[in-house]
Amino acid sequence: MNTLEIQRLNKSFGALNVSQDISFSVAHDECHALIGPNGAGKTTLIHQISGVLRADSGDILLDGKNITHASVSQRVQAGLGRTFQITSILPSFSVLENTAIAAQAKSGSSMRFWRDAALETDLNETAQATLERVGLADRADSLAADLSHGELRLLELAIALAAKPKFLLLDEPMAGLGRTESAALVTLLSNLRGSLPMLLVEHDMNAIFQLADKVSVLVDGAIVASGTPDEVRADPIARSAYLGQGAA
Amino acid sequence: MTDRSLILSGVLFALLLAAPVLLPLIGESYLLGLIIKAMLLAIAAISLDLLIGHGGMVSLGHAAFVGIGAYTAAIGLENGVENILVLLAMTLAMTGLVALVTGILALRTSGVYFLMITLAFGQMIYFTLTSLAAYGGDDGLTLWSLATLFGSDVVQSGSGLYFVVLGTLFVTWLGIYRISRSRFGRVLRAARDNPERAEVMGYPITRYRLIAYLIAAMIAGVSGLLLVQHAEFVSPALAAWQRSGDLIVVVVLGGLGTRNGAILGAFFIVIVEEVLGAIIHEWRLIYGPLLVLMVLFAKGGLSDLLDFKSSRGTAP
Repeated sequence: MNTLEIQRLNKSFGALNVSQDISFSVAHDECHALIGPNGAGKTTLIHQISGVLRADSGDILLDGKNITHASVSQRVQAGLGRTFQITSILPSFSVLENTAIAAQAKSGSSMRFWRDAALETDLNETAQATLERVGLADRADSLAADLSHGELRLLELAIALAAKPKFLLLDEPMAGLGRTESAALVTLLSNLRGSLPMLLVEHDMNAIFQLADKVSVLVDGAIVASGTPDEVRADPIARSAYLGQGAA
Repeated sequence: MTDRSLILSGVLFALLLAAPVLLPLIGESYLLGLIIKAMLLAIAAISLDLLIGHGGMVSLGHAAFVGIGAYTAAIGLENGVENILVLLAMTLAMTGLVALVTGILALRTSGVYFLMITLAFGQMIYFTLTSLAAYGGDDGLTLWSLATLFGSDVVQSGSGLYFVVLGTLFVTWLGIYRISRSRFGRVLRAARDNPERAEVMGYPITRYRLIAYLIAAMIAGVSGLLLVQHAEFVSPALAAWQRSGDLIVVVVLGGLGTRNGAILGAFFIVIVEEVLGAIIHEWRLIYGPLLVLMVLFAKGGLSDLLDFKSSRGTAP
């Protein structure tokens, strides 16, 4: 069964076709990587999936439900989790509260005006457990603004996971990470793999070949090759378009 | 959990509670009127702090809701509605309605554009009030009869009105504090910190902001209603943008998003006006530089100056 289905997605800005008839699907136990050179339309595609941009035509199905016309927040409520390429957190909140408010979105109404949200143990427990999962538990009480870049990338992931998503959209999770931090994040993501379907947009080829079950290559707004990492590595179109000699 | 700002709140409210008993003993009962004035300013300022301090929405039209509240009460009184509870319901309905319409439009913007559009709506309301010829137009209207509580004049003047205003201040202060720490307030703060993130956490933030805007407007309307009871007079000046500016000064001076900031700011402004005004006729020449110094050297407001940092309405 497919958790995410992209069907014949088209998007253009004036004469520029940034998404051309894009179709692919991600199975419930799959990590699907999306690669492509800069300007290939990866970010535009991510924006269409997360709801920041609307597709001109085509459909997006999450867990069988059509979310093509849903708003950003409705898609999150429907189970879409995402991380940002450029870290996006709540700087004046503690690490725990950043994670707890993400859990809050999926735990009953937030139109509650009296009870102290910081004392809601179930939210705090979910948040704490999520922070332990990503290895940030010892920073729970720190102000998010005080975290290092590597820690922020982990918080970004914790925020997405705390909402218990059905699907995870990872927009360059390794961006700006050092070799060790990157390796740690790959380990973390490979632990999630199998239980949580993911779409991974990444430049780090090592990470992709370690994590991805399937790889799609996006060039000039169209998918030019798709298959297992080994198939794509061997595909002459994909190699000439993107991988180049170095990855051969 | 002991919290120094909570102790300060206790002291403030204890003083306000004791004032009607203590002040006459030292023969200064005229000060009660001044305290009522400061409390009414504090009520409106607390509601504005929900928008600015917690929601990051800087409105330059908040006084318009004080004006709407006051005029709703005045027009009701002129037309024979005397029960203060009925007038309260009318005020809440009227400010809520106007806030709903203006809020939906204003909240399509943010930052300086939000400031401009709330200023524009505020001025529209101001000019609407000046055009109410039957109710005094530019000059305003003196009220010959005031609201009653089921026929009793207990809510009209003296200590009865004093305690009604004090009670309203307490309920407002407690309510906004609870809201700021609730789930709703947390989402509001998240939207202030990083609107895109809050949206991608699954919160339709405009809805949360609109509700905060409605709550703030209705509270400001209640302060307008009580202002009528106290001043026995309404004028469009209540809704002028300068008054909205004064409210922002109160909130910023007191400390944005703090537990007691709006109350401290309101009393500070009223006291400074009164003291300086008694000393020198051109008191505003001193008032201006004083505000500049306050903002420069006490960025966190009076709350921060007193080192009650733990009361900040941010992360617990």
